[in-house]
Amino acid sequence: MERQALSVTELNSYIKSRMDEDPRLLDLCVRGEISNYKVYPSGHHYFTLKDAESSLKCVMFKYNAVKLRFRPDNGMCVTAFGRVGVYLRDGVYQLTCSALMPEGAGDLQVAFEQLKAKLSQEGLFDPARKKPLPAFPKRIAIITSSAGAAVHDMIRILGQRWPMSKLILLPVRVQGVEAPPEIAGAIRYANEFQVADLIITGRGGGSLEDLWAFNDERVARAIYASRIPVISAVGHEPDVCISDYVADRRASTPSNAAEIAVPDKNEMRDTLEGYAIRSRQAMEKQLKSLGQRLESLRSKRVLTDPEVYLDNRRMDLDRFRDRLLAAQERQLSGKRQRFVKLGAALDAMSPLRVLSRGYTVSMNSRGETVKSVRDISAGDRLRLRFSDGQAECLVEHVEEGEEHGGNKEF
Amino acid sequence: MAETKSFEQKLSRLDEIVRHLEKGDLPLSDSLALFEEGTGLLTDCSKMLEEAEQKVVKLRKGADRQPEELPFEDET
Repeated sequence: MERQALSVTELNSYIKSRMDEDPRLLDLCVRGEISNYKVYPSGHHYFTLKDAESSLKCVMFKYNAVKLRFRPDNGMCVTAFGRVGVYLRDGVYQLTCSALMPEGAGDLQVAFEQLKAKLSQEGLFDPARKKPLPAFPKRIAIITSSAGAAVHDMIRILGQRWPMSKLILLPVRVQGVEAPPEIAGAIRYANEFQVADLIITGRGGGSLEDLWAFNDERVARAIYASRIPVISAVGHEPDVCISDYVADRRASTPSNAAEIAVPDKNEMRDTLEGYAIRSRQAMEKQLKSLGQRLESLRSKRVLTDPEVYLDNRRMDLDRFRDRLLAAQERQLSGKRQRFVKLGAALDAMSPLRVLSRGYTVSMNSRGETVKSVRDISAGDRLRLRFSDGQAECLVEHVEEGEEHGGNKEF
Repeated sequence: MAETKSFEQKLSRLDEIVRHLEKGDLPLSDSLALFEEGTGLLTDCSKMLEEAEQKVVKLRKGADRQPEELPFEDET
């Protein structure tokens, strides 16, 4: 027998067309427990619905997933609406889910979504309205139950990280009908008396109903009105309450709130050490640069060796003296030459030279030069000076004569 | 009391000083004065950090709604 072989695509396409023809499969309502819940970056949600014996692959595309009024999670029992079809590429069938409804919590979910939408529209979640947290809170108001792990965890972690912050507990009930007004009242009271510069409010994990006080409109409005910054810390990581949306900061757990609220002592030690190192380095740098400047000055010999400086100055002085002497010498030698010339002139005019030509000088007994015959009389003794000696003479006779010289000619 | 300035104020002054020193444009005497001030602040801050003891109180509305601090006993 010859049989026509089908391609894989042909077979899967045939099964797909058969299933698509079945109206029961196109409008399904399936109950089960969620497992392997995954949200892809594409925005599509993938999960498996299972019961005790069997499981069903499910996909919820983004355009339906955004309409979810709760956060589906593993272990949650839900009713899924949709159709079953074949995914050709893999040859598997899956439920394409158009809506999910959590079992039981339906009313609360609706209320939550309604309040969330309302407050969001009013601007209570506006990021621009959120207040910055103090970097070093001095007083932290903790608004929660005074019993329970949450307050204990917060005190312990805050103490480990930043014991400088004083903790002020405002004990309130965190579940039951009294809880919302008590929490809201404590937030208003903390503001009224300025008991702290930071508020943490919240509680440990629990069921959706347990956390309900933090989905209360009165609590949300009290948080919004608080002038003191508020950290909301409710339940475990995936639980998100209205208070989380409206608070200035959301913490995933009370312990996480303690970590957000204060700096860490150990990190601060490192910071301080960093400042110590930086200021020391800055000083060392400055001292080093001043040292280099000093070194370059010192290398000028005046400072390395003052004697050298003085020696140099001494040498300068010597050189000045030399110059001075040279100048003096030049001046003196000039004078000397003039002196020689003058000497020669003087020599030429010397009476001794005249005498050597045969003249004599007559001097009386008092040693005075006799210039006129009128100054002498017969019998006077005269001393005649020759160029090579002198002689004593006696005047025998005085005879006046014509005066020689140029005077008469004028 | 010497501790008139908060840890935060001291830390912020310290930050200012270190930035100033790092600019390196101050006369040596000014730098040394700042360095000394910074060293003092570092000592103060470390001391505050190491000597701090956590204080926990419970608040109660007293007369005229005024807050009253009570000792807190951890009930867990």
